[in-house]
Amino acid sequence: MTDAAELQRRTAQLLAAYPPATTGRPAFLEARFDAGLAWVHYPEGLGGLGAPRSLQAVVDAELEAAGAPDNDPRRIGIGLGMAAPTILKYGTDEQKQRFLRPLWTGEEVWCQLFSEPGAGSDLAALGTRAVQQDGGDWLVDGQKVWTSSAHLARWAILIARTDPGVPKHAGITYFLCDMTDPGVEVRPLRQITGEAEFNEVFLTGVRIPDSRRLGEVGDGWRVAQTTLNNERVAIGGMRLPREGGMIGPVAKTWRERPGLRTHDLHQRLLKLWVEAEVARLTGERLRQQLAQGQPGPEGAGMKLAFARLNQEISGLEVELRGEEGLLYDDWTMRRPELVDFTGRDAGYRYLRSKGNSIEGGTSEVLLNIVAERVLGLPSEPRTDKDVAWKDLAR
Amino acid sequence: MEGPGPVNTQPDLLYSEEEEALRAAVRDLLADHCDAPGVIARTESGAPHDLSAWKALTDGMGLAGLLVPEAQGGQGATHREAAVVLEELGRAVAPVPYLTSAVVATEALLSCGDDELLGRLASGRTIGALAVGLHLAPGAAHQVAQVENGLLRADLTGIADAAVADVLLVPGDDGALYAVRAQDVTVTPQTSLDLTRPLATVTLAGAPGRRLGDAGPAVRRALRAGAGLLASEQLGVAEWALTETVRYLKERKQFNRPVGGFQALKHRLAQVWLEVVSLRAAARSAADALAAGDSLGEASVAVAVAQAYASPVAVRAAEEALQLHAGIGMTWEHPVHLYLKRAKADSIAYGTAGAHRAALAELVDLRAP
Repeated sequence: MTDAAELQRRTAQLLAAYPPATTGRPAFLEARFDAGLAWVHYPEGLGGLGAPRSLQAVVDAELEAAGAPDNDPRRIGIGLGMAAPTILKYGTDEQKQRFLRPLWTGEEVWCQLFSEPGAGSDLAALGTRAVQQDGGDWLVDGQKVWTSSAHLARWAILIARTDPGVPKHAGITYFLCDMTDPGVEVRPLRQITGEAEFNEVFLTGVRIPDSRRLGEVGDGWRVAQTTLNNERVAIGGMRLPREGGMIGPVAKTWRERPGLRTHDLHQRLLKLWVEAEVARLTGERLRQQLAQGQPGPEGAGMKLAFARLNQEISGLEVELRGEEGLLYDDWTMRRPELVDFTGRDAGYRYLRSKGNSIEGGTSEVLLNIVAERVLGLPSEPRTDKDVAWKDLAR
Repeated sequence: MEGPGPVNTQPDLLYSEEEEALRAAVRDLLADHCDAPGVIARTESGAPHDLSAWKALTDGMGLAGLLVPEAQGGQGATHREAAVVLEELGRAVAPVPYLTSAVVATEALLSCGDDELLGRLASGRTIGALAVGLHLAPGAAHQVAQVENGLLRADLTGIADAAVADVLLVPGDDGALYAVRAQDVTVTPQTSLDLTRPLATVTLAGAPGRRLGDAGPAVRRALRAGAGLLASEQLGVAEWALTETVRYLKERKQFNRPVGGFQALKHRLAQVWLEVVSLRAAARSAADALAAGDSLGEASVAVAVAQAYASPVAVRAAEEALQLHAGIGMTWEHPVHLYLKRAKADSIAYGTAGAHRAALAELVDLRAP
């Protein structure tokens, strides 16, 4: 049984053998992985010790206090949050040994090749084709879109259609795709803010050995659920102080610049301030439920609430600034590694938050999910359920 | 962080096991006493209040004394438990004077420290009503009675549950709060929008009053607790509206399908659900802050946030319930109108959302132009 004391002992051992002050970052991270202290709830030999997930905080606190380097989790969020749990659940021993260590240390960045121009909310309708050759390799052709980190990534999790002759959910297979393959072309996708956080990825005759298939042929939709469920876990996990979200900069401007105030803006600001505070409390309540081991269905709602609030608050902020609201800080095409809502102007926040009700599930789809899974209302009529993918309208 | 006040307070927003047990007991009792046809029939009688349900809640369960310390004859519980009771009373639109007597009048007496009267209110055998208009927000100016030689004169309007009150708590023009016996005043029912929490005028024509203490702090404290816990009643009202509408739309068929399968309706219900879930967090926050006492004005902020949020949510939930029930929802026979009337009246009771937003402008330093 691995308890907190045992983890502290092992962490002290690691720090003694690899003093952070004199050990290079990659070497330290690799040693941490090999000591089972990377993600303690993973199995032994794969960076963990089979310990309760909640004990990770013990290790993290000790390492932070000792000034040890971390693996910069925000930079490798797709690998950590989406690829890793899926590989752990469905990967062969060989795949787990090959991929999890460099994924966790950040040596190899991952991206996600799921969405397509013709498959957004209806992801299972995707058309990227993977055809198996004599000898077992797969040849992949198609186009993916809204891929963050594709220009930095060494590997991708990829879903592609392997059988067009069966209904859409049944003909999909999940692969681990080498982003250095000559058939992979990554192009920046410039968005309405002027910058390009995301990419389009064109796949032309990309060769994937059968050993990089994850799960069974035709079982890719089920495998992808693990990836997508872990994406939702990541949303809404942070604790906010009062005025910790987008309302913060607006309230600050209101207090500091009385000359901008109008009665109309005052009424709207107060209303949004109340809604932001209630959304914060709702998130806090959800966290308290999780801590007690009773996750509520509120999670699905939090993304809806924050998307609308971010959009309305940033819209008010642009208006509040009056003449300055007519300006924009910078249209230069840039490639930010992280989204930074507070580092830029109101205009940027206004434009970027428009994506909040689209990315990670549109608000319309989330309302359907709430209505069907939380309220138990009848599901949408499914005209595509028993139709072969190749016969669908497109 | 820019905001004033304690920014990292973490109110307990959940329900304890004891609170859930209390909820179950109250819900059971109301299922026996307060079914919708009975409530509707009672509103058409001369006596809309359900005093047998009141007796069961108070004599039987001791719920009128939740906010009163044990030493003064109460249960020594807190606003958290009273809030759970109010959620269930809201869910049943129960016509009992719980909010007015066991919360508002009781808080005024706690402020004045009148043990004898407190004990009687805590037992539920005496019903009290604070004689200020139901529409008043904490801190708002209110009517006062002329006081001369210990006798009070006034024509007071909009006093909720006065029809069943045994004692009225009347602010005088000398700054004191007086206890006046119901038999010494004239109470005239007003035809009220909310059939289940009717208003009345109270006429004092030289009524004898017993001085209790300072009216200012007592009325402010009473109205703040009333406003804060009203949010839990509004949560109960909104939850009934959502639950009942979802149930009905799964059953009701038009165009050869359950109408709950139409996306336009599903999205509206999902939106109501999201607001109800949010209201629960806001209402728990207010109840928890009231229970914790007024450290650094946090309770005032939490109450104002809950009231500014709760009123439009409860009204929308009831309005959506009516529209989505369609024809049957417009009938007198169907209970949805009781909830709409309660929700709309609650949106004015103890201050409108706008009044609470105006209070917040001061409390959190977001001042008007």
